[in-house]
Amino acid sequence: MILNTQKFLLKNLKNTRKLLNIRLLSTVGDEKYKGNYDVIIAGGGMVGCTLACAMAKNPLLSSLKVLLLEGSPDKKFELKPEYSNRVVALSQNTKLLMSSINVWQHVENMRLQPVRHMQVWDACSDAMISFSSSEILDDDVAYIVENDVLLHAVNTELNKTNNKNLDIVYGAKIDSYKLPTSTDRELKSLVKLANGDAYSCQLLIGADGANSAVRRAMGVQYVSWNYKQMGVVATLHLAEETENTTAWQRWLPTGPVALLPLDSKRSSLVWSTWEENAKELLKLPEEQFVDALNDALWKQYPRSSAVDACMSWVGGCLRGAGLADGAARQLPPSVRGIAPASRAAFPLGFGHSTRYVAPGVALVGDAAHRVHPLAGQGVNLGFGDIKELTELLADTVYTGFDITHPDWMRRYESERQKHNVPTQLAIEALHRLYTVDFPPVVLLRSIGVQVTNALQPIKKFVMAHAAT
Amino acid sequence: MSSAVLRMPWLAYQKIFNKTIASQTRLLSSVNAVKKDDVQTITTVDKSDVEFFSNQMNHWWELDGPLKALHSMNLIRIPFVRDGLVQCSPAERNLSPLRDKKILDVGCGGGILSEGLARLGATVTGIDASKDLIAVAEAHKVLDPRIENNKPTYYNITIEDHISKYSNYYDAVVASEVIEHVNNQELFVKSCVQALKPGGRIFFTTPNRTRLSQLLVIYLAENVLKLLEKGSHQYEKFITPNELTFLLERNNCHVESVYGILYHFLANSWEFVRAQSLMYAMQAVKLN
Repeated sequence: MILNTQKFLLKNLKNTRKLLNIRLLSTVGDEKYKGNYDVIIAGGGMVGCTLACAMAKNPLLSSLKVLLLEGSPDKKFELKPEYSNRVVALSQNTKLLMSSINVWQHVENMRLQPVRHMQVWDACSDAMISFSSSEILDDDVAYIVENDVLLHAVNTELNKTNNKNLDIVYGAKIDSYKLPTSTDRELKSLVKLANGDAYSCQLLIGADGANSAVRRAMGVQYVSWNYKQMGVVATLHLAEETENTTAWQRWLPTGPVALLPLDSKRSSLVWSTWEENAKELLKLPEEQFVDALNDALWKQYPRSSAVDACMSWVGGCLRGAGLADGAARQLPPSVRGIAPASRAAFPLGFGHSTRYVAPGVALVGDAAHRVHPLAGQGVNLGFGDIKELTELLADTVYTGFDITHPDWMRRYESERQKHNVPTQLAIEALHRLYTVDFPPVVLLRSIGVQVTNALQPIKKFVMAHAAT
Repeated sequence: MSSAVLRMPWLAYQKIFNKTIASQTRLLSSVNAVKKDDVQTITTVDKSDVEFFSNQMNHWWELDGPLKALHSMNLIRIPFVRDGLVQCSPAERNLSPLRDKKILDVGCGGGILSEGLARLGATVTGIDASKDLIAVAEAHKVLDPRIENNKPTYYNITIEDHISKYSNYYDAVVASEVIEHVNNQELFVKSCVQALKPGGRIFFTTPNRTRLSQLLVIYLAENVLKLLEKGSHQYEKFITPNELTFLLERNNCHVESVYGILYHFLANSWEFVRAQSLMYAMQAVKLN
């Protein structure tokens, strides 16, 4: 028995020595090795910065040494009177997250527009659905915030925390990632930059967008397709000054055109359409573009009389049952002009990473999932990831486990996929359902929308899911 | 012994039950049982169990080894002990919630739980009846840099001997997956409580004694799924929540909470559940 004990001790000693060797190698091996971190966040966009901020504000996570790698240079932000053409619709849950880390007050100090009413209607039939604040305890349906305003708000708070454990490298061009394999858990992730600098970390978080290099290094299966559509964005000047707290979305056979309120006279456009069409729209002179847009909002599309007949019959039934028949609707605003040089287009695609985690690596935001902007959910899913990840990581640290413990990573993946995948599929289904004008499909979706609009519990469920 | 039997009808039941099983199946084991009975009055140590676990010393710290379920069990038993001792809102949490808490890990084995608690700042003492396992624990405690300044202290001693020096001493006593391996559970609980300060808390995790736990914890886990080595548990030594509550309350403790425990063997993860028929965790406070 004593012999056994001695053997065991010896074996352990050898292991310790091996460990030390690895550590020595990793510090001496690379000349431009710049240091080891607990966590490296690859990507300093809205999601990556929010993660860094949430970690810096968390009493359990603020002592972790964190490195944030951002590809673009450090730009000075100033709030211009003209709105940026890239905006996001933030859900109530995102607002909660931002409030909990004190970011929301900075957004409010700059600018945001609450959405208190939302109207979505079909160009091929009379189907209409509306969501309103009065249906969710008078809470706002969403908030329209410019991307760079949100990013600046997050960075403002991040700087205010003055966390000595956080380093940020701007203009970081990634050369390669070397991830640990599942067999040697002691090994760390190595990040090499194009300028030769190298960093190592225990936990690598890929917040590097839809084209994630971290995800590629993980070698996970990525289900993706291109919609062959583009989102045309612009800042619009409306014909009339209104309260403007309504978000409008009309389903055209080519895709949805959406007007998101910015202030009393301006709205932001997101017009999803086929690539060729989008490119033509970009080339049009501004006045013609405005005409095309007003057409998209107002023009009567060819309709099937059979669909119309069925719809009015369903409407009659709903009225008979004392429910909303969807006939009462508000009229969308007319567009007077667009802000100069505010037109742009970006490609739309679907993406789903089958794994969000690997030993010592996790994906957040668009790196893990990408959706069509038709429901304004993309970035909210990313912020949901951040909330879940920081909570689970804080819990892990509070229990005394390593930050790479497989249990929290497994839970992060399953919790987020449970939420993200159904959302992605629902958005995908909507997209497919609405890019056809085949009358039976139009009829089906129209009745579906009309009935959903009439039945409050279903509507509330949809709103509750979109808010989380 | 007979007085104990009189006071505790379930013990009598257990004895009769043991004997019927033994007589039905193996003569040998009934001989062992008689031998054990002889030493029961003076010690809680079950020699065969100590030997059984000592034989696993070389695999004790393999995360995917034969004791992997014991490693992953830290996922629930550390929060169980932590939250039983310290309750605070998320904003007040810190990295050493158990700082200044003196914790006794009874039956610490190779120190899996002791080191986990030490990582949270607790001053941990681990005791075990197995000399080999204490050697394993001693050897392993130097490996984790996170407990460099807060290594647990290990003693190869029984609980009844330990309390001769450390009576009314600890803020918490933890006996995780231990009481089902000791002889004379009555003396064991009494000694554990004696080590506690008044107001201190005692934590148990153990399988329940039900037909379901016999089927899953012993038969399925040992023979079919091979999660545990054969012979890890004996059904007769399992104790029910009622019996344990009874023992604790007789020793001036108030049971504060009982949770059911569920093990997901595919995911190697643990969960607190409502149903206590398989395994359970019990927390009690020592009254003044």
